[in-house]
Amino acid sequence: MNDLTPGEKERSKLAKWSRRGFIGAGVLAGGGLLIGIGVRPGNPIGKLAPKVAGGAGEQLVNSWVKIDTNNIITAIVPHCEMGQGAHSVLAQMLADELDADWDKVRVQQAPTDGSYVVTDTARMFVAPFTMNAADWIEPTWNGLFTQVARMADAMLTGGSSSIRTTGQHSMRIAGAAARGMLVGAAADEWGVPAGEITTENSTLFHKASGKSASYAEFATAAADQPMDQTPALKTPDQYKLMGKSKARTDIPAKINGTAEFGIDAVPEGLDLSYAAIVRPPVPGTSVVSMDSARAKSMKGVLQILNMETFVAVVADSYWQAQQAANTIGIEWSKSASPIKTMDDQYAAFAAALDEAGETGGEEAAKKGDAQSTLGSAAKTIKAEYKAPYLAHSPMEPINCTAHVADGKCDIWASTQVPLMARSGVAETLGFDAENVTVHHPYLGGAFGRRLGVDEMTLAARVAQATGYPVKVIWSREEDTQKALYRCADMARMRAGLDGDGKLVAFDHVFTQRHDPAEACVPAIYNIANTSVRHAPADLHLPFQAWRSVDHSQQGFFIESFIDEAAHEAGADPLEYRMEMLKGSPRHVAVLKKVREISDWGGETPKGHAKGVAMVESFGTIVAEVIEVDMTSGKPKLVNAWAVCDAGYVMNPDGFRNQIEGGIVFGLTAAMYGELELVDGAIKQSNFHDYKMLRMDETPNIEVAIINSGDVPVGGAGEPGLPPAAPAFANAIYAATGKRLRTLPIAKQFA
Amino acid sequence: MLIATEKKQERDALANFILNGESVNIDAEPEMPLLWAVREKAGLVGTKFGCGIAQCGACTMHLDGQPVRSCSTPVSMAEGREVTTIEGIGGVDGMMSAVQQAWISEQVPQCGYCQSGQIMSATALLRDNPSPSDDDIDAAMKGNICRCGTYTRIRRAIKVASGQLEPRSEEEA
Ligand code: FES
Ligand code: FES
Repeated sequence: MNDLTPGEKERSKLAKWSRRGFIGAGVLAGGGLLIGIGVRPGNPIGKLAPKVAGGAGEQLVNSWVKIDTNNIITAIVPHCEMGQGAHSVLAQMLADELDADWDKVRVQQAPTDGSYVVTDTARMFVAPFTMNAADWIEPTWNGLFTQVARMADAMLTGGSSSIRTTGQHSMRIAGAAARGMLVGAAADEWGVPAGEITTENSTLFHKASGKSASYAEFATAAADQPMDQTPALKTPDQYKLMGKSKARTDIPAKINGTAEFGIDAVPEGLDLSYAAIVRPPVPGTSVVSMDSARAKSMKGVLQILNMETFVAVVADSYWQAQQAANTIGIEWSKSASPIKTMDDQYAAFAAALDEAGETGGEEAAKKGDAQSTLGSAAKTIKAEYKAPYLAHSPMEPINCTAHVADGKCDIWASTQVPLMARSGVAETLGFDAENVTVHHPYLGGAFGRRLGVDEMTLAARVAQATGYPVKVIWSREEDTQKALYRCADMARMRAGLDGDGKLVAFDHVFTQRHDPAEACVPAIYNIANTSVRHAPADLHLPFQAWRSVDHSQQGFFIESFIDEAAHEAGADPLEYRMEMLKGSPRHVAVLKKVREISDWGGETPKGHAKGVAMVESFGTIVAEVIEVDMTSGKPKLVNAWAVCDAGYVMNPDGFRNQIEGGIVFGLTAAMYGELELVDGAIKQSNFHDYKMLRMDETPNIEVAIINSGDVPVGGAGEPGLPPAAPAFANAIYAATGKRLRTLPIAKQFA
Repeated sequence: MLIATEKKQERDALANFILNGESVNIDAEPEMPLLWAVREKAGLVGTKFGCGIAQCGACTMHLDGQPVRSCSTPVSMAEGREVTTIEGIGGVDGMMSAVQQAWISEQVPQCGYCQSGQIMSATALLRDNPSPSDDDIDAAMKGNICRCGTYTRIRRAIKVASGQLEPRSEEEA
């Protein structure tokens, strides 16, 4: 690749670039059509527009589609592939609208090496060697890519929304617009009306004259065609690829050992050394003194670095580094946190809830008059719920390979936020961002854990200190005990029932509110009087978004408590919910369907029982029924049924895989998930004491999809999770009469 | 690019074994786990590190055909024996094994990180038991964690690979 400096740019060869509204087209030098796609105002990302766009009508560009002269169609998107199948689905959406040959469509993640955000080489990436963008994009390019990609990485890949946003607003529109331009170019050339031209498999046809041509042949001419900013999109009956369970393109490499994850990076030409690290057991403390005499003498050990906030042992192999690190004695500074145990943490939550009382705290939602209705209700119930801290525990341990030399830094890392990593590393090293290159291979799971940049800045510091390239690997113990966490929380709820048992007042106060803001509100139900309040309390462990974020606790709190109200009313918990959904046909349909497929109310073997829960999150409505077997006295998960309405599901099998994964993740947390504190440090360390559901403990799972609309509105990665824990706990109540108001479940039956 | 070369220490230990059919000589002390010898010394990174304490199965390899947790198997135990990794279980010329084909038809992986280990465990199961029951699958596979939660698909894929179920169709809704 050829790096041009601004002065060397050949302005005379500027390719034509038109921009109208939010998509623009240009010619790829060397031939071909390039489409840049912005994000329309009104999307979550639209808030950024005023900050980075230069003038009225100027838009943010966050994706590219190019049609090469070799007939390959490539979409370049800001989303990483972390197992959610986003790339394949985006390709389906683009290819369908474009009537493209499915085998010739590629999706790539935008690279975040220095080049992507720097004007010249960014163009090089999009169109190697000769691409020139017009001047209009110049003033905003840097800020635009840095900020958009940061938002895209942090919000889009992390928020179940690659398909919702990029797919719906970029891929489909770009595909349809490009198709229109190709048709227009062919119509001009052939001298026939555009309406007579049909398209299929990346080929243009004119039936009457018998003419046909590949897209490649008209790709360059297409750039001169007017671009329809609001092209007609296909309706579901016209879909050929959307709605089909196309095989994911990343899977073949994941079954033969060739997929490269961050931990596998062996940069060419670099002689790697390996580092193990020891971080403070209690957050916020640092090294006071260290005894590393034994470690120093161990085989293969190259260097032991006291970096104050952590210690790194560098060796010829990771195993040697870790063995040596395990022998180092470190005295850490005292923590200022008053919280030493989970009892202390819950006491802090309780104090905040006490202070808020029955009416205090920050108002999160209010409807009617819950307080006075509670006072006059025929029956009231109240309960206190708790949820523990949880680790993300992605299967690939946290790691980062870094090399710092000649004022430049290269890092290789599995990350959800490559651009944040880049600026974080640059800041840490005192480098300009363009001297930092982030290479990001596949992620071995993330679930929110890889939204931070600590492991990258840490590795960069180690590599700067050594001067030679180092791969830093966190042991499973380091990641379990010294990372960032799903926060613990505590909630108090009260419900008022009228003479018929109907839920007429609901009051809910809790201590942790992060994202999404509506997670704490039981908005799917018609409850005349609702009061939801947030009483903030400090956390001892650092917070990090964890799959489904606040819904992971709130789903458990609210859906368990609704179940309590149903039982108090003497009603069937599913029918009780159904009554409260009146006027909301999508929710009713979901609940009816789960009633049907789970044979709710039907015969179950002795000792078995079912529980139900329903949560709408990230735009998807999900109802789940869990069947447990309590015959041994301990809960065994037998079946899980989920019905989901995400509007329209683009790849049903991929969607189901995500929902299945969300259910297992939620049930794992419900059954086993818990981090305890001993003197302020986390007790659990690895999979023997921070347990995961395994093959023999996982229920049969059946996922049904309702396509209620013709647009995909809902996510897939997160919405399967929130109903799992409450449906499980509600099933145990149905079987045993024991109400579980705290998690995890297994230890309450030990 | 400048790389300090004097940093490497002299080695005295050599491990010899057959790796995917080829004899290898690896500079690794005897206690080094097979996992790290294969990943860092032999340069085959398809086998993954997940826990280091024989809890997750991500590191599963075959030692003389038997699945082992390579993170907890010293390389000395492989001396003179046959080690097979994920890179070595396909057929010739990049052909996929029946297990790998089923993993594709059932679209098993999500992140994919655990799947090398899952496939190695499933391959050993099916070789010894061509038509495993659910209980057999539980027993053979419960040592492998999948954090993404693909267990129900793994179970299905094992049944497809053993001819007990038909493969999935791409066209299904
Ligand atoms: S890494 Fe060997 S069993 Fe987990
Ligand atoms: S597919 Fe991600 S851990 Fe199994």
